[in-house]
Amino acid sequence: MDFTPHTPADVAAMLAVVGVDSVDALFAQIPEDVRLDRALDLPPGAAEAEVAGALLRLAARNRTVDELVCFAAGGVSDHYVPALVGGLAGRSEFATSYTPYQPELSQGVLQALFEFQTMIVELTGMEAANASLYDGATALAEAVAMTLTADRRTVLVSGGVDPRLVATLRTYSAGTGARVETWEVPAGHGAPDAIPGGTAAVVLQHPNVYGVLEDVRAAAAAAHEAGARLIQIFDPVSLGVLAPPGDLDADLAVGEGQPFGSQLQFGGPNLGLLACRMADVRKMPGRIVGETVDLDGRTGYVLTLQAREQHIRREKATSNICTNQTLMALAATIHLAWLGPEGLREQGERCAAAAAYAADRLAGVPGVTRRFPDAPIFRDVALVLPRDADEVIDRLVDRGFLAGVAHPQEPTTLIVGLTERRTRAEIDALADATAEVLAGVGIAG
Amino acid sequence: MKRGAPVRTQGPADGGTIFEEGAPGRRASSFAPSDLPPALVPESHRRATPPRLPEVAEIDIVRHYTRLSQMNHGVDTGFYPLGSCSMKYNPKVAEVLAQAPGFARIHPAQPDRTVQGTLELMWRLERALCEITGMARATLQPPAGACGELTGLLMMRAYHGDRGDERETVLIPAAAHGTNPASVRSGGYRAVTVPADARGLVDVAALRDALDGRVAGLMLTNPNTLGLFERDIRTITDLVHEAGGLVYYDGANLNAIMGRTRPGDMGFDIVHINTHKTFATPHGGGGPGAGPVGVVEDLVPYLPVPRVERTDDGYRTEDDVPSSIGRMHGFHGNVGILVRAYIYVLLHGADGLARVSDHAVLNANYLAALLRDVFPPVYDERPMHEFVSSARDLKAATGMRATDVAKRVIDLGFHPSTVYFPLVVEEALMVEPTETESRATLERFADALAQAAEEAASDPDLLREAPITTPVRRLDEVRAARELRLSWRPADGAAPA
Repeated sequence: MDFTPHTPADVAAMLAVVGVDSVDALFAQIPEDVRLDRALDLPPGAAEAEVAGALLRLAARNRTVDELVCFAAGGVSDHYVPALVGGLAGRSEFATSYTPYQPELSQGVLQALFEFQTMIVELTGMEAANASLYDGATALAEAVAMTLTADRRTVLVSGGVDPRLVATLRTYSAGTGARVETWEVPAGHGAPDAIPGGTAAVVLQHPNVYGVLEDVRAAAAAAHEAGARLIQIFDPVSLGVLAPPGDLDADLAVGEGQPFGSQLQFGGPNLGLLACRMADVRKMPGRIVGETVDLDGRTGYVLTLQAREQHIRREKATSNICTNQTLMALAATIHLAWLGPEGLREQGERCAAAAAYAADRLAGVPGVTRRFPDAPIFRDVALVLPRDADEVIDRLVDRGFLAGVAHPQEPTTLIVGLTERRTRAEIDALADATAEVLAGVGIAG
Repeated sequence: MKRGAPVRTQGPADGGTIFEEGAPGRRASSFAPSDLPPALVPESHRRATPPRLPEVAEIDIVRHYTRLSQMNHGVDTGFYPLGSCSMKYNPKVAEVLAQAPGFARIHPAQPDRTVQGTLELMWRLERALCEITGMARATLQPPAGACGELTGLLMMRAYHGDRGDERETVLIPAAAHGTNPASVRSGGYRAVTVPADARGLVDVAALRDALDGRVAGLMLTNPNTLGLFERDIRTITDLVHEAGGLVYYDGANLNAIMGRTRPGDMGFDIVHINTHKTFATPHGGGGPGAGPVGVVEDLVPYLPVPRVERTDDGYRTEDDVPSSIGRMHGFHGNVGILVRAYIYVLLHGADGLARVSDHAVLNANYLAALLRDVFPPVYDERPMHEFVSSARDLKAATGMRATDVAKRVIDLGFHPSTVYFPLVVEEALMVEPTETESRATLERFADALAQAAEEAASDPDLLREAPITTPVRRLDEVRAARELRLSWRPADGAAPA
């Protein structure tokens, strides 16, 4: 099926006005030697009901986090998304609109993005935020690009930063020419010993990939001493409880906004968050909405500082970003309005409480130890297992758990993520199942 | 021509921001009772003052964002002929199915065996996109078209690098979308502009002169950004290849050629696809998109990881490919959007996709013909799925500009076309009706444009003052940039807590 409305009579009448005798004639300028002389090798079109059936059969072959208790995190995690988010952000006036090139017809999405920017500023304690980026990983790459100068091309990245983010940063750096270097964190956290000349930015994740709290202020002081900028990767869910990047002297703050309003969707679409100081706002990539007035003095909103952007500046733009993740930003705005300051704090406290309990419970499993037993954590628990973490994760699927994420560079490190949804009973059951799997109970061969 | 009276299509702007609603202590959220002891987060790490989020009830939120939605134009509210954006109808069935828990409620780090449905979907979508574009393999990872461009350029860089061939520049037509030169720079190359000839097509002689051993490649859209098919495409791609370069196809206009020709058949090496344009995934107010990238066999080693592979035991993700450029996204890209694109491909099939392009081109040609006498096309070549006209003559005669026409068209009940793009055309009006619009809609839009053009001479104040039917009138963009207000502040102007 397709969604073209014309009847054969319409087509004939339209061709007559155009002055050709067939639709084929409209394609006459395509030279013979590049024409496709056959039909596309795809199945014929299908009725909506057939496609729905096929898709639901595919969906049934996925095992969801409603079936497997989800302790997997690493940027995206299983939070409850209140029903009003889908009901409002899914309204088709929003979903089927585009970048607000005609602001008079797009005040709805512009104001929502202005509110989104405000909420990110409030959460992070920074001075300005853009209207979103693709995801947390690409937001880091964009933030790093903001800090590069002609004589500062090195980026110093903590060993506590999620390796997925570092991998993405390395890919982008092949183009920007940034030199990515890392420092080890044998204690699970900590600032670099020395910051070499030519360092543009120091990158710290707080709480980090091991769930451990960092001393961002100390790292920022060291970075600033060396003339470098401090980029903090933050967890937005933590910011009802933990001091925000703005209070910790971060110059740039980036994060993954999926926990607010976005479903997991196998990791995308997510929501890249980027906030900065006003002094850096003209270097910021992506759309930015500003408040202004109309001819009658009424408050209204427009895309602003467009002189930074590719459609005006072309090769001199701050980034090649065109679209962002507006719909996810809208969903996050609605979710954050639902939470409010008290709900956000309560959510954060619950995540932290679940993590503290899980850390105790899981470290009590024979053969399992905390990766960094003495370090304070927020909502992720890093464990060292006596076997490969991926193998244990796989076994635990059969017992109804997504037990966590294996650290890509430490095969026996399992990172267990907690959200406000996880209960004492679920954590107890995970610990028991882990103990059984490690003891080999009920495993054939 | 039928004359239209001013039409109000949206609700009034009669409220403030969400921050001005509600009352201290009011909240919407609730959590199940917890049976866990509170966590001992060190005091030194704790936040001193709470973030100033709204304190509102659920009904406040619902009314606020419903009201905002009524101040927003979308394809579902009316015709949206933005050139180069392909604002076509987004099938509802794709929205509903993509939100099935089986697709929406899976974590990206799940073991492969627990996500076979989505991995199969991704593999099948990759095969379909390769067939439609004539490529060997594709990555679904780039979360937008611009990111797809950068992915392609980084692969171009890796390809030349492997051959010990340091190249510096990428050629781009003067009319190209701004992302092209910006992506070239992000990819570590320098953009060099190739001029168009009088036809609006690549000036082949100038291209020949621009090609040398420093050129890594050429980026081209076909149909090009003026909506015209590059007739000399085979010569163009051959010339670039002879100079050792690669040819990149910007898929912004793939909507025009499905089933008629393929980038691979034209000699392109790398192709990105904007799923929101060709495969009708919702534009979302400016994202999320998805920008899959297909490549010819020689470039397959450089595709990003993770990839999805089919094996005898099902589908698996592959992370370990040393020649790969690496990751372009934290996970697998905008998979939720890819689900919608796959649904679109299944619904249409080979016959339906061909009909999409046929009718997109028919509609553009019909609308161009209706407007021939009012806003004549800038080029003589037959347009494909969109066309560029100019208000240059109108401006000379009446002083009214393209933007004035656009604002008047709003009052007559339509979203205007793109204006002032491509930058190379003076007072450009770039119109893309798309294949899902009816003949009657195209005729009414043509009438509105003709009326605006007539009024530019007879009653220019109607244009100058427009729009008057919208929640706000023309906005002061200069003030917005000069007195930056990028977040809401209470009337007392206090800085954030």
